[in-house]
Amino acid sequence: MDKLTIAPSPHVHGHDSVKRNMYGVLIALVPALAASLWFFGLGALKVILISVISCVLFEFLIQKFLFKTKPTISDGSAAVTGLILAFNLPSELDWWIVVVGALFAIGVCKMTFGGLGQNIVNPAIAGRVFLLVSFPAQMTTWPAPAGVDGYTGATPLGLLKAGAISQLPSSSDLLMGSVGGSLGEVSAIALLIGLVILLAMRVITWHIPVSIIATMALFAAFFHYGICEIHYADPLFHILTGGALLGAIFMATDYVTSPMTKNGMLIYGFGIGLITMLIRCFGAYPEGMSFAILIMNIVTPLINKYTRPNRFGVK
Amino acid sequence: MSKLSIMMNGIIKENPIFVLLLGMCPTLGTTTSAINGLGMGLATTFVLLCSNTVISSLKRVIPDMVRIPSFIVIIATFVTVLQMLLQAYVPSLYESLGLFIPLIVVNCIVLGRAEAFAAKNSPLNSLFDGLGMGLGFTLALTLLGSVREILGSGKIFGLTLWSEEYGCLAFVLAPGAFLALGYLIAIINKMKTK
Amino acid sequence: MKKLESTLGNMVIVLTLVSLVAAGLLAVMNEVTSEPIRLQAEQKEANGIKKVLVIGADEQVTVAPAETKKVGEQEFIIYKVSGADGKELGAAVKTSVQGFSPNLTVMVGFDSKGTIKGYEILSQAETPGLGANVPTWFQEGGKGNVIGMNPGKDKVSVKKDGGDVEAITASTITSRAFLKAINLEYNALFGNGNAHGTTGATSTHGSTGATQTR
Repeated sequence: MDKLTIAPSPHVHGHDSVKRNMYGVLIALVPALAASLWFFGLGALKVILISVISCVLFEFLIQKFLFKTKPTISDGSAAVTGLILAFNLPSELDWWIVVVGALFAIGVCKMTFGGLGQNIVNPAIAGRVFLLVSFPAQMTTWPAPAGVDGYTGATPLGLLKAGAISQLPSSSDLLMGSVGGSLGEVSAIALLIGLVILLAMRVITWHIPVSIIATMALFAAFFHYGICEIHYADPLFHILTGGALLGAIFMATDYVTSPMTKNGMLIYGFGIGLITMLIRCFGAYPEGMSFAILIMNIVTPLINKYTRPNRFGVK
Repeated sequence: MSKLSIMMNGIIKENPIFVLLLGMCPTLGTTTSAINGLGMGLATTFVLLCSNTVISSLKRVIPDMVRIPSFIVIIATFVTVLQMLLQAYVPSLYESLGLFIPLIVVNCIVLGRAEAFAAKNSPLNSLFDGLGMGLGFTLALTLLGSVREILGSGKIFGLTLWSEEYGCLAFVLAPGAFLALGYLIAIINKMKTK
Repeated sequence: MKKLESTLGNMVIVLTLVSLVAAGLLAVMNEVTSEPIRLQAEQKEANGIKKVLVIGADEQVTVAPAETKKVGEQEFIIYKVSGADGKELGAAVKTSVQGFSPNLTVMVGFDSKGTIKGYEILSQAETPGLGANVPTWFQEGGKGNVIGMNPGKDKVSVKKDGGDVEAITASTITSRAFLKAINLEYNALFGNGNAHGTTGATSTHGSTGATQTR
């Protein structure tokens, strides 16, 4: 059956694939993974393993028995979702809550819409927000990281919200990660190393992370230096705490749910930074990164529509 | 058309929630538990039954140009009657449904059936149409309420199935209503196409 | 029978008739249901007062006419209750404070010495799963039990503020608001510690006087 295959252009393949990019993300997540194991120990390992295994398992089961297609779990996307979901959870979280989060992320947010590439919101964040709304008490009980004593029950942003300015940790603690919080969000250095890896491997471009961080910094600077130094924290604090770096580097840059054009990415990043800061400064929740990313995920098709470049030769 | 088929039409073939997607506001708002869904469904059934019958009997004497105001006055009267009765004799249900009882006045199903069915058919047929639509609405609300109550607080009609600690609070809140309704419609469509 | 034409006269007549019949029906229904509705409301209030003072539903007590007391901006409604033999049993105090959301209405029963006998949340819009646990959290057997405490002697505030009460997990704001309501009510009832403002005029209102007999 020798047939002449005529494929449409392009004919040169860049060796870029879903698999390569997903494994790139996994490699870039390794420093943050190491930091979370260092600070939270076995409790972190337990949450990460349960999350990754259940995400991959749910994807496999749904593809095999509901879609009746060949499972594509080896592309690594489910594992990335599982890892990022785990990074957004507190350590020592009950195992069944992690499984519910994985089911929501993969089953509801990814597979319901048709699987990889079809989802409208980032599955890991949607899973995290679902858990936050469903189990608020468990999701906001933060065990203290190793080496810090007598410090449980609050993240730096939580302290800020409660008005306990004097108890805020120092910038060096925030940079290293010995503060309360979700598994993957505490160590700023580890996340920044991840960013360098992603940029070097060309998995992502700088536009989204930089526009988010810049927007947050400008917003915080305006309120800190312009309005009130005591009531509003300084820009560095806002960037180093909570899910800001984790979100800006690993969650907002998800291909499927972020805009395709450079201008679109800048608008998208600006939106995330702005909404995050609005929620942090004036909202009911101490942290708004997840909500901001979800909202901008939904706006993405609209951004794509209005930032579409003109075709060559068309006015 | 037989009376039975008119009634079954409202319950299954043209179910106001799962097929026509009418009256979404009380559907999403009141189904936090099975008993609330059932209560709201029966309250709406009562209004539908009365308004359909009365509007159908009066259809010849109501001039076309003032039919909508007349229908609304009739519907609002029955809703107010219902509200007073519930407040006087079933205060617990009245409290849990709250604002949604007066809102039955603007429920699309009630005015929709008045326009689409009662204004064109005999009073007896309209009565059965109101009954069928009301029961279809009740069925859908009870089903949705049960799903949300089981997933959200581990209970069904107030009977504890498992500890409330294991309930996903999201299902008691608004997002859970949308999710549960979406999946119920998907399952029903899947069963229908088989 | 032919359908009525849409002439101005017909329209006015029909709309007027429909409205009149509707109004008549509603008037009749109102007449029938107003008495049961009033009884329901009265009974609910009486049961609430009895519940926070831990008095059996069929016990015979006298509820004095409700007193409205204003301390600064804060308004309190006080029901003084005495037993059938005329002995003072205590008082139920109702007030609203700003919780995580506005209007957290708390009714607390104090005995004559100021010990908390019970409480009830009459209305709230706190976060489900967190602050919304306030109706059970501070009851006897709950983690933040306040029953049996006396705001005049004990430190009825959350542990974070140096008090003796365990706050609701991850809901310090709601817990603070609830305990603030208790302390304000205690001050309003016993008149000491007017730190929260000067005592305003006391007036009586309402029809919940008379003897509640069941």
